[in-house]
Amino acid sequence: MDYHSPASFAEASALAANATGITRFLAGGTDVLVQLRSELVTPDTLIDLKKIDGVSDINSNADGSWTLGVAATGAEMSEHAELGRDWPGVVEAMDLIGSTQVQGRATLTGNLCNGSPAADSVPAMVAAGVSVTVTGPEGDREVAVEDIPTGPGKTSLAKGELISAVHIPARGENGGDAYLRFIPRTEMDIAVVGVGVNLRLDGDTVTEARVSLGAVAPTVLLVEDCAKAIIGSTLDDAALDALAAAASAACNPIDDKRGTIAFRTEVAGVLAKRAAKIAYARAKGEQA
Amino acid sequence: MALDDRKSEFTFVGTRPNRPDGLDKVTGRAKFGADMSAPGMLHGAILRSPHAHARIVKIDTSKAEAHKEVKAVVTRADFADVPFKPGLEGEFWNVLENVMAGEKALYDGHAVAAVAATSALAARDALKLIEVEYEVLPHVTDVDKAMAPDAPVIREGAADYSVPEGMHPNVVRYHESGHGDVEAGFAEADLVIEDSFVTEATHQGYIEPHACLGMLGNDGKGELWCTTQGHWIAQKTCAALLGIETSQLRVTASEIGGGFGGKTTVFIEPVALALSRKANRPVKLVMTRSEVFRATGPTSSASMDIKIGMKKDGTISAAQGVFRLQGGAFPGAPGDMTAMCAFAPYNLTNVKQVGYDVMANRPKQAAYRAPGAPMGAFAVESVIDELCKKLGLDPVDVRLKNAAHEGTKASYGPRYERIGLVETLEAAKAHPHYSAPLKPGQGRGISCGFWFNHGGETSVSLALSEDGSAQLMVGTPDIGGSRASMALMAAEVLGIPYENIRVTIADTATLGYNDVSHGSRVTYASGLATIKAAKHAVEKLCERAAASWGIPTDAVKWENGCAVPSGPNAGDFDPRPLADITAHMGSTGGPISGHFEATPEGAGVSFGTHIVDAEVDPETGKTSITRYTVIQDAGKAIHPTYVEGQYQGGAAQGIGWALNEEYIYGEDGRLQNSIFLDYRIPVASDLPMIDTVIVEVPNPGHPFGVRGVGETGIVPPLAAIANAVSHAAGVRMRQLPMSPPRILAALKENG
Repeated sequence: MDYHSPASFAEASALAANATGITRFLAGGTDVLVQLRSELVTPDTLIDLKKIDGVSDINSNADGSWTLGVAATGAEMSEHAELGRDWPGVVEAMDLIGSTQVQGRATLTGNLCNGSPAADSVPAMVAAGVSVTVTGPEGDREVAVEDIPTGPGKTSLAKGELISAVHIPARGENGGDAYLRFIPRTEMDIAVVGVGVNLRLDGDTVTEARVSLGAVAPTVLLVEDCAKAIIGSTLDDAALDALAAAASAACNPIDDKRGTIAFRTEVAGVLAKRAAKIAYARAKGEQA
Repeated sequence: MALDDRKSEFTFVGTRPNRPDGLDKVTGRAKFGADMSAPGMLHGAILRSPHAHARIVKIDTSKAEAHKEVKAVVTRADFADVPFKPGLEGEFWNVLENVMAGEKALYDGHAVAAVAATSALAARDALKLIEVEYEVLPHVTDVDKAMAPDAPVIREGAADYSVPEGMHPNVVRYHESGHGDVEAGFAEADLVIEDSFVTEATHQGYIEPHACLGMLGNDGKGELWCTTQGHWIAQKTCAALLGIETSQLRVTASEIGGGFGGKTTVFIEPVALALSRKANRPVKLVMTRSEVFRATGPTSSASMDIKIGMKKDGTISAAQGVFRLQGGAFPGAPGDMTAMCAFAPYNLTNVKQVGYDVMANRPKQAAYRAPGAPMGAFAVESVIDELCKKLGLDPVDVRLKNAAHEGTKASYGPRYERIGLVETLEAAKAHPHYSAPLKPGQGRGISCGFWFNHGGETSVSLALSEDGSAQLMVGTPDIGGSRASMALMAAEVLGIPYENIRVTIADTATLGYNDVSHGSRVTYASGLATIKAAKHAVEKLCERAAASWGIPTDAVKWENGCAVPSGPNAGDFDPRPLADITAHMGSTGGPISGHFEATPEGAGVSFGTHIVDAEVDPETGKTSITRYTVIQDAGKAIHPTYVEGQYQGGAAQGIGWALNEEYIYGEDGRLQNSIFLDYRIPVASDLPMIDTVIVEVPNPGHPFGVRGVGETGIVPPLAAIANAVSHAAGVRMRQLPMSPPRILAALKENG
């Protein structure tokens, strides 16, 4: 196994482009190292990104948006009061992953690139409209989070490409987001269903919405029918029921050790309602 | 009942000092199974079958042997073969077959070969160089399917004499017991309920994986360090499997990070020794978590049919149960235990129970706290709960009405001596938990539970030091704070402070045979032996004092840590404290020690009653346990904190078993969830504070009244939680675990 610790993303990209066999990028390592130890994936080339300047930074931009380095950890996000005020759903989703120890290492980018449909931070990022910078041999391009995963363990990143930054949009006025997941326990588990909701209000009426589902299809889903179900409503019971129905209808899950098709389909609707209520309350400036 | 010499006033017993091993454990100084190293040590790794059932056509180890870091490769050919004997008599053969597969791989994870190399990484890499040719065979993992006429046969001829003609060869033992006439009893009932229940296999979930360091020379002399509940059984079994003399293998038990019954046999120890013998170097073997799940001993899965008749006043007129237990690809599933325990809490005129031990393509089951009893209690206590509900009766009152007491003929045969079930039920009824109001969506469940408890072979030595301190050597690994309990009991007899006694878990070369730390026997049996060994030392102390005073030994008694004249006629002498006598022991006859060895028979059965509140989310089927109270008879709590710990631990493991823990096998017969992420034991935040009530109805068979407490605590939870969940959800749950998908499906079915 070859280990590299490049000083720039361009260098990292070049190393990956020229590598043979299995290549993995190392940020927090909470998936890569676990897969290595359990012999699921033994990389031929391991490229450590933590030596690149600024990779652990969390920066607020002049326009109100946020830029996060690829090695910024869940713990650092949770301790960042302003980020949490703007995007509580994204921060809480990230915070649900693993233990306290894992939080000290785990990253949004790693969670995204692992390609798991059950990744907790991904539905929250999709709902929030987060994008990433992808650095490759041809230079940089910006890609929406929902366009990164292509199937379980698979991403749209080409050989030599890697994510070099995460961009969270400006929160703006009267907006709120939330993420809920279902697990049979209270922590230290993996989502059986995950739902991210991000919305904006004009008065009591929902004017913008993005709803995302995790663990109910081969990739995290951005469900337009869910958004349509609540846009224009005051999140009354009829809108919530329509939201739940749309969420359940969008599900294309599998039966596995973690849950059944029927269960995931049903609970996706339940969680969509609950998450939407939290996002709505947050958009109104209420504690939720 | 000869109770005259039984102590009831205590100085040290019943107090709560810190455990002697506590500091070592919180500072990391304690040495567990994987913490031992030796010069020249090699690292072992085991190749495991990916198939649930397959004939091993060929194993080619030549490439692994050629690896420059590999020092030894072993297969079944490297073990002493014990001639095959069917049934119970062939247990060594069964263990050998489990430790290293012979002609067939019998389950996913079954060991087929092992290597020892100069590094753990090299050992792991070398496994990939071993070529195994398998002929995959049809498999079965479900207990009911394994009994069906068309089920694949795991092994012909494994059944013993007890199995009725015409059963499938996978049924290997049969048990039937009871008394009275159940049909007549059902005819007398006002309501009869007949129902069926299923539980899935669970793992003990000890946090420390199996680990050992073995050294065995070609001269047949060896040393073994391992994490185990019983190093003498490890010694005996390894010696048999390797064809060496038992006494030539010295086994030392490490500190143990949990066992719960799962470390009462051997898995990797004979493999490490076989590798060591071949390499002539020490070999360390440490299991991964996945290996622990796939290839150690989970509990049995069960399928059960229960029929109980009740009169309108709550009297049980007849009870009958059929219990089918799957125990993996070997005989041993405790169908007999399940059957015998299931109705044991009740005073029944008419009772009949049948148990089956069934083989399937799964790992060989091992003991797990009161093996077999929790599943039977789940089935029986669920039906009793349903009868109470339908007849409008209070579940505690009904259990009190039918409760077994001193003199009751137990469902499994004997008459009970003094027992404490009624006292636990009365305490439950009086407990504020039982009358606390429930919120909407919550339900309350009650269950009783029974376990036999065990005595077992026991040998203890105690040696006094010149300064008046004492060292106590026991042979039962400390899995629940037993060193503290032993020191308290020795302090009580000797009359010296708890802190002045050091308790050591002696190795196999130091004491005679000691049975495993199982059967809730340690505080009872090693405790009894400790008391008697201390009394033996006290006799010698009295002899020395008597000699110094020039009076007969029987004119001296031991009081508050001193030899004193037994009465005014014995003479007027100042008391001689223990340290005063030991200070001069070298010149007054030599070292003073005490010893005791026996197989105590008076373990005293144990009962408990649990109260549980559960809340079910009707939209997701998720259960929260909101309140939990354990009430159990301890006979006499030597160290109440560790008694409470046992009660809480039983409840916590029961909550996991009831709600989310299960072995999940795919269609291919492979275990799907061999990591803690997907094998869902409760995390701390899943559990409420578990309240405990220690009932003390002294056991006539122990000098201080002790009954074992380690196992009974896991018997009631499955049923108590199922009853609480069923009330909260409004639908009877008959299958464990009651995972959210199962509850939600039941809610939907119920409309």
